[in-house]
Amino acid sequence: MHEAPPGLLLQGDFHHAGQPLFRDIHLGIEAGRWTCLVGPSGVGKSTLLRLIAGLDTGGEFSGSVAAGDEKPIAARVAYMAQTDLLAPWLDVYENVVLGARLRGETPDRARAERLIARVGLVPHRHKRPASLSGGMRQRAALARMLMEDRPIALLDEPFAALDARTRSEMQELAHETLEGRTVVLVTHDPAEAVRLADRIIIVSAAGLSHYDGLEGHPLRAADAPETLAMQSDLLRRLRGLPQ
Amino acid sequence: MKGRFIDGLLSACAALALWQAVVWLTGVPSFILPGPADVLTALINNRALIAENAGTTIIEVLIGLVLGAAIGGATALHLMISPMARRLLLPLMVFSQAIPIFALAPILTLWLGYGIASKIAVTVLMIFFPVVSTFYDGLRRTDPGLLDLARTMGATPTSTLLRLRLPAALPAFGSGLRLAAVYAPIGAVVGEWVGASKGLGYLMLLANGRAKVDLMFAALFVLAAFTVLLHAVTSVAARRMASWSKETDESGSA
Ligand SMILES: Nc1ncnc2c1ncn2[C@@H]1O[C@H](COP(=O)(O)OP(=O)(O)OP(=O)(O)O)[C@@H](O)[C@H]1O
Ligand SMILES: [Mg+2]
Repeated sequence: MHEAPPGLLLQGDFHHAGQPLFRDIHLGIEAGRWTCLVGPSGVGKSTLLRLIAGLDTGGEFSGSVAAGDEKPIAARVAYMAQTDLLAPWLDVYENVVLGARLRGETPDRARAERLIARVGLVPHRHKRPASLSGGMRQRAALARMLMEDRPIALLDEPFAALDARTRSEMQELAHETLEGRTVVLVTHDPAEAVRLADRIIIVSAAGLSHYDGLEGHPLRAADAPETLAMQSDLLRRLRGLPQ
Repeated sequence: MKGRFIDGLLSACAALALWQAVVWLTGVPSFILPGPADVLTALINNRALIAENAGTTIIEVLIGLVLGAAIGGATALHLMISPMARRLLLPLMVFSQAIPIFALAPILTLWLGYGIASKIAVTVLMIFFPVVSTFYDGLRRTDPGLLDLARTMGATPTSTLLRLRLPAALPAFGSGLRLAAVYAPIGAVVGEWVGASKGLGYLMLLANGRAKVDLMFAALFVLAAFTVLLHAVTSVAARRMASWSKETDESGSA
């Protein structure tokens, strides 16, 4: 990464066909940290992420998305979604260098090979997505994201479709490889949020609230009593129960 | 693949047996309905004549197919990048489908003459619509998630079209080509019926006029066999073109 990761600030109102989704929202993302957005389905987490990425949301946003250093955001963002979004006709290597190809640049071959090795896909670099497991595909998607080398990483439930063990391995790999970047992770899973987050923001119909029960630093041990306590505390908060 | 071939062979044998049975049971004279054996005899006796005319038709079909696929493919890509083309061309294309090809063939013959050019033109017109509509559909249906990803990667519109939409649409293009392989011989024969001095369509018309029904059937059989072969070859090519797609495997003979 060549430049320091910026903090982000999203403010404003958002409507879908006249229906307000959020009003006068104020979402601050710390530079170089993991921020997790948790909240019920349909509340607008993906929409927030897409607004930051500058992608189409199908609604009207009036407000601003700005980086702390006041430089444009879109060109500094890498995006990963729940489905791996690998091109099914390309092998692992070609998927990893897809960004360069799409920009008409010559891909940095050595770097791509390094990243493929880093996510443990060397024996599979010539395979197409259809012959990889779900976990391998998400690892390829992660390698592709790292290949983009962007200071901001936006992750929309990237591990939701994986089995528990693969998910936990992917969390560790992502934590390690995205170190030092500004990361926004949308997740349904309180355990994942508690494990990975420097900061947790609860998104609800009423607006955003900061979860203040987080202690220690990621990567937190998934089975440590403190982590489990935070996890159940967060779950209680998400369900609107008294603490 | 092999199973399908055997199935095809079996159903062909069953059809032949049924045909022969109808001829025996009804006792129709062979100048009305010749049996399979009569047709085979006519095929062997007239092999040079049939081969010569088949050669002409095959050339028309192949040139028409290649031209139609190229023009159709380019049109679909153009529709994809130009909103203007979509507004002007799409209604026109649907309208053109309302005109029967039989009505256009005489005009094309008038303009392009009795040679193979007019037959190629009919063939191209015949397959243009299925090629364009299937391919354009495929181009439009690219996974929106993949397109979002391309946007965040800073992809240029041209490379998004050529590196994402185009390969993603190859299975659809393949189905269009498979349809085209079946329609193309019809186009060529229609062109020949309107006015020609060569070709299987011309030979069939000639044989019919001279009450040589067995020769007509023989020509028809050669035409059908060629169509089946062309379809099979096109299917294999389409599957090669998009070998990554499960879709092409399943609908391999569609
Ligand atoms: N194109 C659209 N037109 C109208 N409403 C939409 C459109 N897209 C999304 N919505 C609505 O916007 C709301 C927020 O959607 P969003 O995808 O951001 O939710 P989410 O919090 O990410 O949900 P999930 O956790 O299920 O992914 C939903 O209620 C959805 O119905
Ligand atoms: Mg979502």
